[in-house]
Amino acid sequence: MSAAPDPYIAWLLAAIQTLLFIAAAPLLAGWVKRVKCHMQNRAAPSLFQPYRDLLKLFRKDVVLAENASWLFRVTPYVVFSAFVLAASVVPLVAAHLPTAAIADVIVLVGFFALARFFLALAGMDIGTAFGGMGSSREMTIASLAEPAMLMAVFTLAMIASTTNLSVVIEHNLHAGLVLRPSLLFALLALVMVAVAETGRIPVDNPATHLELTMVHEAMILEYSARHLALIEWASQIKLMIYAVLIVNIFWPWGIAEVFTAAALAWGAVAISAKLALIAILLVVWETVIAKMRLFRVPQFLGFAFLLALLGMLTHVILETGA
Amino acid sequence: MALSIAYLAVIAALASAVIALGTDFRRNELTRTLPFLLLGVSGAAAVVAGGWALLDGLKLSQQLPLGLPWLPWHLRLDALSGFFFAVVGLLLFAVSFYGPAYVREFESGKQPLSVLGLFTGLFAAGMLLVLLADDAFAFMVAWELMSVSSYFLVTYQHQNAPNRRAGFLYLLMAHVGALAILLGFGVLAGFGGHFTFDAMRAATFSPLWASIAFVLAFFGFGMKAGLVPVHAWLPEAHPVAPSHISALMSGVMLKVAIYGFIRVTYDLVGDIQWQWGLAVLIVGTGSALLGVLYTLMQSDLKRLLAYSSVENIGIIFMGLGLSMIFFGTQHPALGVIGLIAALYHVLNHAVFKGLLFLGAGAVLYRTHERDLERMGGLIHRMPVTAALFLIGCVSISALPPFNGFVSEWLTFQAALQTPKLESGVLRAILPIAAALLALTGALAAAAFVKVYGVAFLGKARERRAARAREVPTGMLAGMGFLAALCLVLGVLPTTVIGALKAVPQLLIGEIPTRMTAHGWLWLTPVSAKVASYSAPLVLTAIVIVFFVGRLLLRRNANPIRRSAPWDCGFGPLNARMQYTAAAFAQPIRRVFSGVWRVQEQVDVTYASAPATLVSGIRHQLHIHDWSWLGLYEPIGRLVLAGARRIGLLHSGSIRTYLMYSFATLLLLLWIVT
Repeated sequence: MSAAPDPYIAWLLAAIQTLLFIAAAPLLAGWVKRVKCHMQNRAAPSLFQPYRDLLKLFRKDVVLAENASWLFRVTPYVVFSAFVLAASVVPLVAAHLPTAAIADVIVLVGFFALARFFLALAGMDIGTAFGGMGSSREMTIASLAEPAMLMAVFTLAMIASTTNLSVVIEHNLHAGLVLRPSLLFALLALVMVAVAETGRIPVDNPATHLELTMVHEAMILEYSARHLALIEWASQIKLMIYAVLIVNIFWPWGIAEVFTAAALAWGAVAISAKLALIAILLVVWETVIAKMRLFRVPQFLGFAFLLALLGMLTHVILETGA
Repeated sequence: MALSIAYLAVIAALASAVIALGTDFRRNELTRTLPFLLLGVSGAAAVVAGGWALLDGLKLSQQLPLGLPWLPWHLRLDALSGFFFAVVGLLLFAVSFYGPAYVREFESGKQPLSVLGLFTGLFAAGMLLVLLADDAFAFMVAWELMSVSSYFLVTYQHQNAPNRRAGFLYLLMAHVGALAILLGFGVLAGFGGHFTFDAMRAATFSPLWASIAFVLAFFGFGMKAGLVPVHAWLPEAHPVAPSHISALMSGVMLKVAIYGFIRVTYDLVGDIQWQWGLAVLIVGTGSALLGVLYTLMQSDLKRLLAYSSVENIGIIFMGLGLSMIFFGTQHPALGVIGLIAALYHVLNHAVFKGLLFLGAGAVLYRTHERDLERMGGLIHRMPVTAALFLIGCVSISALPPFNGFVSEWLTFQAALQTPKLESGVLRAILPIAAALLALTGALAAAAFVKVYGVAFLGKARERRAARAREVPTGMLAGMGFLAALCLVLGVLPTTVIGALKAVPQLLIGEIPTRMTAHGWLWLTPVSAKVASYSAPLVLTAIVIVFFVGRLLLRRNANPIRRSAPWDCGFGPLNARMQYTAAAFAQPIRRVFSGVWRVQEQVDVTYASAPATLVSGIRHQLHIHDWSWLGLYEPIGRLVLAGARRIGLLHSGSIRTYLMYSFATLLLLLWIVT
């Protein structure tokens, strides 16, 4: 790393990167949808359809359920703020931005938990069975996914002996191509958790509104207009955060370490290519796999936890040899 | 000076007890308020004295000619006792606002109010004295004062059989624990030659005897703190006491037991062995996980909160276990992180659990319900209580930027430093404990979504909940104070840790840590490169995005329209169609089946006309704690069987008894010669 850059420029870059992050999130969702349509021989919507949907929702008038309290109205803003904050922490184009120090990866998981907590409460606020069902299922799945996620994260943290995302990425970038079994296990676990947490097949289906199968959609059933837009946008940001985390931690090549125009441009190109690729992988996965019954999900996440545990144990036993 | 203020705290608590005796002669606002006013003075004085001792690292001791003539009481106020003194003081202060309005409910009850006030004062004084004691004798006297007076508080409404049963169990287990503590002090005094803590501190112990003293202290204090599997008294005793007493018991009495554990293990025994730390870590992890799993299954609000105390005590002991492992393996700088995480969680748990118990009391005050399944929709009827209770729920679920998150984060950071350990077994066990802590945290969030969602959100399930009103201002002030502390302690961790540093300094000696090296904005447990967390910036960012978003979106929006929720076209929904507390926890009950002994029975009755039409379904669910079946009932049976054997000696005939005496006399004479 070069000499410490001007702090103002660094903070400015961090703010720009965050804005870029939240602005690009619907694009990623549109890309996933488009590739999926092509893969399933359907006519595909435009790449920018998610933006149009959000815009439409922002313009509509809010209809609230009769029993909704202030908590229901506050939740979309809390959820959106939590994910914007989370997005600001994750290195997208450049590492070593000052925002990465605000929160490490454990705090990042904490932001997700904060958003989920409020969403689950909002689901119960109306007093319908749908909302309660969604909240109950979401909290069950999350309570199994979170330890698996943290276990995978701990493995990474122990390898790089830090929980700061920038430093983890820097470590992996400079470690070269060493095949570490622990990293492989952690990657698998993280991918499985990401699938569960972002509500993709086989755990949840983002496209369904069929009552018996849905989790996330059940919680937000009563939301409309700008509230719904914020929540939809937040889930797009969440998908993007997980995608960026996976690609940038395990394949950090191309990420800008110095704040020069060339490095930043190259970083932007690299991350776009990586995200486009991982989105295709996600689509293939979602197309070839069927959704699970709810009570198979604990086994799925239990497996993820086991993989993460294996990764951690291989690291502490084999790789740091006493 | 600080010591005099500490005495003032104790004397004010005692005075509150004495004055409360007069409550029954003249019932008015003054007699109801005065004991609590004194309790508030006691709390404020305790915060000042404790905070002073903590911030200035004081070490003040004094002898008072109390107790037996040849055995004066040694008292001492140092950073460790000062910290706990301040924690007790904070809750006493909050309760002093809450109490006067809350106890009005008991005025028309069967018991005199004076009894409640008397034992509340004695209980507070007992807790404060335990913290001041500097010899085993004074410690045990104060300890018993605390235990026995809280027994009377638990059995305050003794017309209910469950309260009497809970009280008996509490008294029994408190004394089994006290016995172990006494034996532990016996071992220490045997080596030290005297009952003063100074003598014990100066003594050197053989590793075996040090371990025996540790085990006795761990068992005795662990029993009082409510570690699994000796937690059984806690979920019985805490819910039945009046709510402000539950807040004190769960919030601070358990912490006094943790103080005792730290004092004996770190200070008096010294020389920590890492094997002890491993035992503490394993028991702590088990308590945290089982505690939260049992929490999830409760539908009685106060019982649920009591089980959640078991969980949080487990988390505190995990921090202590980590620090003992690091101290035992000569990594003092890392041990400090674990110890500070544990102390921070002590403070946090006292604040948010106090808040939640006071909130439960507010709900009880207006709805006379402890059963979650009969509440609902309270956010509409009691908006302020609901908002404050929400802060408590967010804090206890360890969500940023509130206080519960900081201490759990520090515990994680301590657990992640394992690569620095030499032993491969320890390196593997510590991260697993951390993963289980993550599971605990996630399950706790689920539990408190359930509590808040079922009790405060949705529609009222019963008429009493539908007619609830907001509680009086005094009660709100008590809760508001604690809720504000939840936020402050969460946002300014570096300031708190800066103050807490005096404790490891006292116990272990000067250890350079870089936890607060980067200014008040950045919390960096090991170094900035390893991990950092800036709670003030997190809060600022959330607030900015929140308000900017709201401002932009609501600028020229039409007024919000209300309409009926989606009912699938089947007609109006009613409150009975909502998810219940049991239904909410059902998936988790299924995933972790085996942790509980679940008895579930579904009886379906059919209508007579079309025989397939269901006319009624009756669902019964009983969830039992395994520790009763696996541990207490066998012990109980064993004791009963033993007593029956011994009972055979009681023939009832005076001649047999005379023969026993004669035989004993002969035996003794034979021994003497």
